[in-house]
This record gives sequence, structure tokens and C-alpha cells, in this order.
Amino acid sequence: MVSVRDLRVTFSGGGKTIRAVNGVSLEVAPGEALALIGESGSGKSVTLRALMRLHPPRRTRMEGEIRIDGADVTALDSRGLARLRGGTVAMVFQEPLLALDPVYTVGQQIIECIRTHARVSAAEARQRALRALEAVRIPSPERRLAAYPHEMSGGMRQRAMIALALSANPKVLLADEPTTALDATVQIQVLILLRELQRELGLSIVFVTHDIGAAVEIAERVAVMYGGRIVEEGPIRTILRAARHPYTMALLQSRQHGMDRGQRLQTIAGSPPDLSALPPGCSFAPRCPQARAQCLEAVPQSVALGGGHRVSCVLATEPVAIAQAVA
Amino acid sequence: MTDAMTDTLLNADVGGPAQPLVIARDLIKHFPLKSKLPWQRGGEVRAVDGVSFEVRKGETLGVVGESGCGKSTTARLLMQLIEQNRGELIFDALGVGSAQLPMKRYRSQVQMVFQDSYSSLNPRLTIEESIAFTARVHGISASEATARARALLDRVGLEPTRFAGRYPHELSGGQRQRVNIARALVLRPRLVILDEAVSALDKSVEAQVLNLLLDLKAEFDLTYVFISHDLNVIRYLCDRVMVMYLGKVVEVGDTETLYANPSHPYTRALLASMPAMDPDHRTLVAPLAGDPPNPINPPSGCSFHPRCAMAEDVCSRRAPVLSDALAGHPVACLMANAGGGHSRQMPAAASPLAATI
Repeated sequence: MVSVRDLRVTFSGGGKTIRAVNGVSLEVAPGEALALIGESGSGKSVTLRALMRLHPPRRTRMEGEIRIDGADVTALDSRGLARLRGGTVAMVFQEPLLALDPVYTVGQQIIECIRTHARVSAAEARQRALRALEAVRIPSPERRLAAYPHEMSGGMRQRAMIALALSANPKVLLADEPTTALDATVQIQVLILLRELQRELGLSIVFVTHDIGAAVEIAERVAVMYGGRIVEEGPIRTILRAARHPYTMALLQSRQHGMDRGQRLQTIAGSPPDLSALPPGCSFAPRCPQARAQCLEAVPQSVALGGGHRVSCVLATEPVAIAQAVA
Repeated sequence: MTDAMTDTLLNADVGGPAQPLVIARDLIKHFPLKSKLPWQRGGEVRAVDGVSFEVRKGETLGVVGESGCGKSTTARLLMQLIEQNRGELIFDALGVGSAQLPMKRYRSQVQMVFQDSYSSLNPRLTIEESIAFTARVHGISASEATARARALLDRVGLEPTRFAGRYPHELSGGQRQRVNIARALVLRPRLVILDEAVSALDKSVEAQVLNLLLDLKAEFDLTYVFISHDLNVIRYLCDRVMVMYLGKVVEVGDTETLYANPSHPYTRALLASMPAMDPDHRTLVAPLAGDPPNPINPPSGCSFHPRCAMAEDVCSRRAPVLSDALAGHPVACLMANAGGGHSRQMPAAASPLAATI
């Protein structure tokens, strides 16, 4: 459904060139949920936005191939792009209060989206909007159609945004940290809702998050990003139990989950790479405890380990099992 | 360094080890709302609505709750950045703001680190100046203040020769938060309030800062009040946990007891909402429906009753009190209150709700 080959995104401006995404390839099958995990500046949100070409065209250079439902996204003209956005692919953002228009009611916004993508009467569009709100389990949907975004609570707004995204029956849903700004008890509600909608509608989901816990709740497959590249990807069980890339292992160990009180946490020394001056080799090498000379020379190739598990690390090809099981 | 830090300001122990460092009694803070018409009375936000707790010497007290539960307002009251409408604060047996403990003296013993590391620093001061400024305000000489700033920068892992002259925008989020921690320690305080201090950081950086906080606590003999919405971090760092809901404390207990055997229905739901971290045992049903209600018009009786699976008629009429029925593990629920009128009673040891949630 989604196929990305060797995507590179560079931003220029202010005399600097920022290499945000450096050769990302990924595939998402119909009805599959993929989680993109990474810290800030890892390129996960840039990758996601590139799928809908949401970056300002003047300052952005995009290379590589993006195909969604057969269409070549990089070659689309503005009309084709308008059909794609909302019609085939829709996006849910982190901050619904910023993503929704404050001067229109939720109903008006959903109806506008429906009538942009389908030739239906206003009354029919209203019926569909009502059904969209029902589908995301908003209580008293009839009343909520006439509500402005600021009149809703955080969880309700996020549900309304999901309803808006799904109103034109897209096949792919892109979600950019949709639960990060929500409270714990509301976050789990939204995660369960997304999972149920995915199953009911057969959606493909690309879910960007920095929270492994949220990824576990929703995704079958995980891709871990660092310095604008996917360093490891595989089924969620494999990544949790048998991660092979030193960064993934460190990320899993830096969580406090299941740690004893007062016991020191495993940390990754140093800070994330500067995207305007990436090292020529593996971008994690400067922080990697197991880095060696060859890591600094060239970007490691992606190696398939079977079962859809791929790692970009020189250690992965060595016979010595370096993987530590992380429960 | 230790000698230099103790001579000008004596933040010495007064009440002895058994005296709690802070006792908060029935704190109330209501913020008035503007009314739409000038002759009408506006409503009020009941941000903190009768909160009592104590912070023991040398412990880390965690405060958890969702947005709008009053945890940050409680922190600001504790720091006396805002004044309570009612209630009192006792710091090491002395009333805060009394003649024995005037406000400036109190503030030298209590410091705070905020969530937003950038807006907590003056963008026009170098980080060394920012740290030294705090000391200067409390009457420490310029040379001594600079010496302290440099020593602390070194201690939090920012080499002074490289970092002292930098401005906040030249640092990463993790580095800025280290500066804020260093600044909080320059007066050699006894209590540090950490209000979501690691929430904005990436996981790998968060772990570095948490390790630093643990080291500093041991080295400087600190007491922490740690406010967070992240239940994993709270469990990792805190000795005791206080759970808040809509401006009230609903449960307090030792971290292990509370996580193993949460008694209040809200605490149970909150803990059950944590993502499972096991793809074979995903959370199937959300423990709670709906969002936390608005503190402007809190529900009658027990403010949790509209979302509570255990709620009965009596819950909408009678407000529970924070009872000590379960020895050392106070719970504000009618099921734990003697004569609360609820048809179920919470036995002291077993968890009566285990089967139902």
C-alpha cells in the first residue's frame, strides 16, 4: 500500500543544509500498522510528512520514490495531490487544537472534507459526518457536530480529528504522535480506538511515536530511526526481545520500565547528531559503545536476519551473538 | 565546595530527623474566573481544594495525576510562588512566612525546577550568570557566587571552561535542564521541587538526568517532591506517591504498596492505563471512559463518581475523606471510610476490586 525507496529529504535555509532524512526505505502492506520510533530529530515526522508532500516545496529537496496505492507521489501535480490528501491518505496530528480550524465547527470541517472528495448533497454529507463521529465513539454526536474545537476536551478533540481524517474513506492513515499530548487514561482510549478502526476498516497505519509503550499497543511492525535513517526494523516481538542494533538496545534499556528503585539507568552518552553535519559513517557511531574504525567510514548496509528483521549495523553480520534479550 | 556553601547560609536541620520537612495542612487555592457581565459573579477554578500532606526528610515524594488535577498548583503553593486562599505550610517545625521563617529565608531552602528548560532561563544571561544571580540575590559575594556556579556546572556534567559563557539557546534541552538543576542547588537548599522536570526530554537524555538527580540527592542530602504524569518514572524514582484527582488527594502510599495494591478506583484505573509493553497482552478495554472533568464545576460528592465503576447513589451526595483506615496508606473513598454509606467496604489487606476492574 505504501512503498518508499531511498527517500532523502533536505531542507535549506539560513545558509545551512539540514539532512533530515537520509535514505529511508519502507513498505506498509494493506491493513498493516507500522510504528516509526525515534527521538526528536531522528527524522520520523519528516518522513511521515514527506509521504503527503507537506513540506514547503521551495526550501525542501526530496529524492527517492514514494508510491501510495500505486500512485507516484513525487510526480503528482497539484490536482492529483489534492485528491491524494484526505482521499487516499489522511493524517492525524499531535495537537488537535492547532490542526483543527478554530472558526468552524467540527461538523462544518468534516462536511467540507467529505464534499471535497465525493459529489454528495449537503444533507448526505451531514449524515456521513454524523456516522464518522459515531465511528470514533463520540458521545451525543448530533450535538458535537455543532461544537467548535475549543468547546471540546482534549480526548474528544483528538477523536474529532480522527473522524475528520477518516471521513473521506482513506486507505492509509498517518498518525504523528497522536496520543503524546493526552492524559494516560485518555491515551489508552485513543490507542484502542485506532486499533479497532484499523481492524474494522482495513486501514494501513503509519504511527510515529517516541513512546515504545504506545507502539506496542498499536503496531505489528516497528522501524527504529536515528539520524534520518532506519537503523532497525522488524516485528514488534522481535524488536522487544531480540533487538540487534546498539541504539535500539540502549533505547529499550534507558526506559525505567521494570527497573528497581534507585538502580542506575543505562544511558546513551552524548547527544543526538547534528543533522547539518552528519558523520560520513554510521550516525550512531560517535555514541556507540561498540563502534570500531569501519563504522566511521561508511554507512552500514541493511542486513536481513530473517522473519522481516533488518538491521543496519556492522555487528549484525558477525557470527557472535551480541543481542541481549530485553524483556 | 561543601564548606564554602554552608558558611553564608545556614540551612541547618531544626526539628530533628522525625520532624517532617514539610507539613501542608488543608491548602486551598481557587482562581476566580472573569464573568461575562460586569454585575455577575464569575465562577472559580478549584485548582487545589483542601490538600493535606507531609514530605518526610530525605525522601522523594511523587505526585501523579492527569492535567487539571492540581499537581502543578500544589507545587507552586509549596514554593509560595502563589499564595493559598486558606491552609498553612510548616517547614521543619516553623510556620512558613512567620517571624522565625520569613519568606526569603524559606525560599533559600526550597528550590524548583520547571518543565520548560528554555523559558526558565534568562536568554540574555550566560548560564554562569544565571546560576550566580540566584546566589547574589541572597547576599553572596560576586566572586563566591561565580565560584559556586562553576563548581555546580562541573558537578552536573557541563565542563565550566566550555559551557560557562554560553547562552541558553546554545545548549540542548538536556543540557539546559542540567543548568536549571545546578541553579536550584546553588543556595544549598533542603527541598527541591521538580515539576515535570524530565517530561520534555528524550528517553535517552531523560535517563541521564534521572541518574544525575539520584546522585545529587545523595551528595547534597536533598529531599525531592517529584511531579510527573509518567507513572514509570515515578515508580523508579519515588519512595512515596501521592495521587491527585480534581484538586484533591485520593491516595497516598509507599511506592511499592501503591503500585502492587492500589486501593482507590482512580489509582487502579490510572495504573491499568499504562501501556502494557507486551504485544501478547495488549490492553483490550480502556479502564476509564471520558476525559477528566473540568475543575470549574467539579461533580458533587466524590468528584470521581461520574467515571467510577464502583459508584453508588451515596457517592454523588457525600464527599469522602482521606482516611487512614488502611494503616499508613490513606485513601479518599467512601468504601474506605468507616460509616461511608457505601455497600462495599475495603478490607485492609485484600484488594476488593481486583475482580471487577
